[in-house]
Amino acid sequence: MNAGRPRFVTAMMGAGFLFLYLPILLMIVFSFNESRLVTVWGGFSTKWYGELFRNEQVLGAAWLSFKIAAMNATGATILGTIAGLVLARFGHFRGRPLLTGLATAPLVMPEVITGLSLLLLFVAMEQLIGWPAGRGITTITIAHMTFSMAYVTVVVQSRLATLDESLEEAAMDLGARPAKVFFLITMPIILPAIAAGWLLAFTLSWDDLVITSFVTGPGSSTLPIVIFSKVRLGVSPDINALATILVLMVAIGTAGFGFYMQRQQKRRDLDVQRAIAANE
Amino acid sequence: MTLLRKRGYSGRTLVTAVPYLWLLLFFLVPFLIVLKISVSEIRLAMPPYEPLVTWISTQVVGLRINFENYAFLFEDSLYWKSFLNSIRTAGISTLICLLIGYPMAYGIARSKPAWRNLLLLLVMLPFWTSFLLRVYAWIGILKNNGVINNLLMALGIIDEPIVMLQTNFAMYIGIVYSYLPFMVLPLYTSIEKLDLSLLEAAADLGCRPVKAFFRITVPLTKSGIIAGCMLVFIPAVGEFVIPALLGGPDALMIGRVLWEEFFNNRDWPVASAVAIVMLFVLVIPIMIYQRSQGQQIGGHP
Repeated sequence: MNAGRPRFVTAMMGAGFLFLYLPILLMIVFSFNESRLVTVWGGFSTKWYGELFRNEQVLGAAWLSFKIAAMNATGATILGTIAGLVLARFGHFRGRPLLTGLATAPLVMPEVITGLSLLLLFVAMEQLIGWPAGRGITTITIAHMTFSMAYVTVVVQSRLATLDESLEEAAMDLGARPAKVFFLITMPIILPAIAAGWLLAFTLSWDDLVITSFVTGPGSSTLPIVIFSKVRLGVSPDINALATILVLMVAIGTAGFGFYMQRQQKRRDLDVQRAIAANE
Repeated sequence: MTLLRKRGYSGRTLVTAVPYLWLLLFFLVPFLIVLKISVSEIRLAMPPYEPLVTWISTQVVGLRINFENYAFLFEDSLYWKSFLNSIRTAGISTLICLLIGYPMAYGIARSKPAWRNLLLLLVMLPFWTSFLLRVYAWIGILKNNGVINNLLMALGIIDEPIVMLQTNFAMYIGIVYSYLPFMVLPLYTSIEKLDLSLLEAAADLGCRPVKAFFRITVPLTKSGIIAGCMLVFIPAVGEFVIPALLGGPDALMIGRVLWEEFFNNRDWPVASAVAIVMLFVLVIPIMIYQRSQGQQIGGHP
């Protein structure tokens, strides 16, 4: 077999991508629909966008979600990077199997279980030591950090697994302390993976409904909670408008990140070529 | 630092301790609390369960363990039917994801290298977009005056709308749609690593492509198949959002039962018992997943 694809595979691939994207495209198209009946076309209009931007509840929830997602992403990236480093570089130590298990289990754990167990923990802690008092931003952020750090751990660990250790060893041989080696050598190299982990953690938190519903308190309705309560009542055109904005933001962000990574890669390739040329 | 070091704590231990303690406190301890509450009695108070340990006097400690919540789960057919239904639904959805996802991953891995990253990005993109909104998109497509019914009626194929929303059909579509990227990515990773010369050798020796696929490609991409299937199956068993939005009122999924037990009935002990049983059901798939994950990431032995 050559590098070409059987026709059946190409057809399945096309159908698969159509399946993934058609619903999103339809949602975008109907966000510009004049009619309140969402799926019955009544002419082009941007009025639902105007309505969305006047909806205080949605705007407030979006801001709250943004704050939580940013705090979560930062915390989860720090914890996840450390965990990834420990798992990829520290070799065998007592308790490593448990850490591996704990670090990857949140990836697949059904959200209802994680949400319920964290809520029960927070209630028990409040009874026992009085902290966290009530539930809200703090408890949501802690809960999100716990499950999204697992994703950062996997991203960082797999990046470190493909990274040659000789650079780090050379720095150690030259007398650099481990902390210095990490901040001067390891971190700059794996920075794209760390950035990807941050974005992933941000998105997971921004998106989470189930775990948030368990650990939230009065007055802390994040965007997914507001959307869910609206969606339960049926389709509404302003949700389509909101979806369109979110999809476009993700598309632009992803494209920008991909472009940046590609440019970095090209620059690195160029540097390698120059180094080789200089040595000849 | 130096004081700690004198006592035998190295920098490594401290660095390891940070994520370790976090996960112990916020991931492991919570399960123990769920276990504890699943054997306590419900009461009308906040929090709505009786304490297990009570000080009867200063010396005597009373311990009340109550397995009634578990007995209740086995007596009431609602619960075990939901468990079976969740496992079946998740299993069928996983199979459909595999059947759609494998050709997709294979096609991407066999595309020109310049295209590969773009196609992978296109698989990832929906995953970065709100899960809730992607499920919501299907309501507009499947409902009685939704896109599909409007189209079929305009073409004169049907006179009355087909009821699709709030059926098992809608639920399967929702699960397959939402979890397909989780299937494609690990499959791609293992298919991409596959050595093509093996297939060439098989072809040279007269092996038909279909046979070569099942004898060579499938066994060598087993770790991707296992990882993909587990990434779809495990969360799908406990899925709440999709059955709640797309499934019918009788779509008995255990994640939804747990949610309603907790939020509507405020029965924390029974909700905890449901969670513990669900965890027991999922512990084997989770362990299989972790083994395949360990093989895929590699790292230090």
